Amino acid sequence: VKYVILIYSNPTSRELWEKFSAEERGRGLSAYAALTEDLAASGELIVTEALADPSLTKRVSVDEAQTMTSDGPFAEAKELLAGFFLIDCETGERAVEIAARVPEAALGLVELRPAMDLSGFEI
Amino acid sequence: LSPASGVEDLLRELAPQVLGALVRRYRDFDRGEDAVQEALLAAAVQWPAEGVPRNPRGWLIAVASRRLTELWRNESARRRREETAAALEPPDPEPVPDVDDTLTLLLLCCHPSLTPVSQVALTLRAVGGLNTAEIARALLLPEATLAQRISRAKQRIKASGAEFEMPGEGERSERIAAVLRVLYLIFNEGYTASSGSALHRVELTAEAIRLTRQLRDRLPEDGEVAGLLALMLLTDARRPARTRPDGALVPLAEQDRGKWDARAIAEGVDLITRTLASAPVGPCQLQAAIAAVHDEAPSFEDTDWPQILALYEHLYALAPGPMVTLNRIVAVAMVHGPEAGLRELDEADGDPALEGNHRIDSVRAHLLEMAGDREAARAHYRLAARRTLSLPEQRYLEARAAELAETAQR
Repeated sequence: VKYVILIYSNPTSRELWEKFSAEERGRGLSAYAALTEDLAASGELIVTEALADPSLTKRVSVDEAQTMTSDGPFAEAKELLAGFFLIDCETGERAVEIAARVPEAALGLVELRPAMDLSGFEI
Repeated sequence: LSPASGVEDLLRELAPQVLGALVRRYRDFDRGEDAVQEALLAAAVQWPAEGVPRNPRGWLIAVASRRLTELWRNESARRRREETAAALEPPDPEPVPDVDDTLTLLLLCCHPSLTPVSQVALTLRAVGGLNTAEIARALLLPEATLAQRISRAKQRIKASGAEFEMPGEGERSERIAAVLRVLYLIFNEGYTASSGSALHRVELTAEAIRLTRQLRDRLPEDGEVAGLLALMLLTDARRPARTRPDGALVPLAEQDRGKWDARAIAEGVDLITRTLASAPVGPCQLQAAIAAVHDEAPSFEDTDWPQILALYEHLYALAPGPMVTLNRIVAVAMVHGPEAGLRELDEADGDPALEGNHRIDSVRAHLLEMAGDREAARAHYRLAARRTLSLPEQRYLEARAAELAETAQR
């Protein structure tokens, strides 16, 4: 089953990251690198991306065939999507095990959601 | 048949034989498998243009052997294989012994040290002769993810110390059961709605049937192999009636049976009838027998439900599982009425194997609808729709709930 692991940031986590020493940041980043490497090696990783700063977000809307963009949500205010993994693994337990390795899980900012598929069904 | 597709069929048929010969001679499954892939690619380019060589199998073995030697040489700078590689004779021009290693190869690809998804990927490549890109497309995965699974699977086989040989009597039946599970997984993976992104999928059901036929050629006495082949034929026969033009799935009860593939049904029915009469019964055979009863019925209502129920009772005793439990309950409802089915469903609800399974809700919805309780049926269709991970099923369940809402308003 494919799962997406959503990693959020909130004002507390952003502040924490800003206050980190170079060494602490390095530890966080290498935890990510190790997780990504392990998942690629096991054949469970489909894709992972870290998203750019929330201030670069644009909301896109189309009105009467006119495309408009507006600058999007304010970083200080909300819980925002910061990055994601798309994985394909054997069991839900395994997916939880993987999600638990995301450093933000320590702050309760990690969400795991199964993807839907095209599998058939019999009645 | 275009010359290219004729060549493709021939190559896919020869792939496991060529790999078997190579592994037998050089004892290097990992590199040998890569070498065979390259030989298949070379043949796919050359043969349609220049004609099929007189001895296609020998040609492929020679090209793959040469490629294997090159692969070793390329590595030898880094590894101490240097002497081995340098000392290797050029590929033997003489015909290799005419041994068919397809079965041994299947058993190796479904080795117990591998996870099911790796077994599927490796089987499709090493035995099915598909390339990584085709398999990735078929399984809806990126090529890099799939390539990594295959290379890891080969490393695992090496690390487990598995040999390229027939397992002993003691383990054989268990190992063959693993092969059957993998072939069934491949079949199931392909048995999806042919809509949207699925349109581009390699025909995995056809591939599973082809591989199961190959296995049956090698194990003609095995009742479960025959049972699995019959099950696939009898299930696949319904495919033309299984989807609407817009891609939505049609449940068995509503399918236009005139569209079913009569030839596949005849072959499946004949196979399962002969097998049940001669072999010790097993779960695949029972499932095939159930499929045969459905396929021979003129309509859903006029199905021989008492016989289906008896077969599910047997299957329940032999190989219980959540799907068997639920399908048996549907059969109970068809024979003894929806109230009897609902009573059994209440009992099954406590079964930990069924916990969180949305199919409890969809079966309950069906039985409530049968019993005339449309409001409750609608609620359970909705509940099931929310919890399924299958998009076609979700569409079906939502439509069903919407229909009940409409008729309630009238």
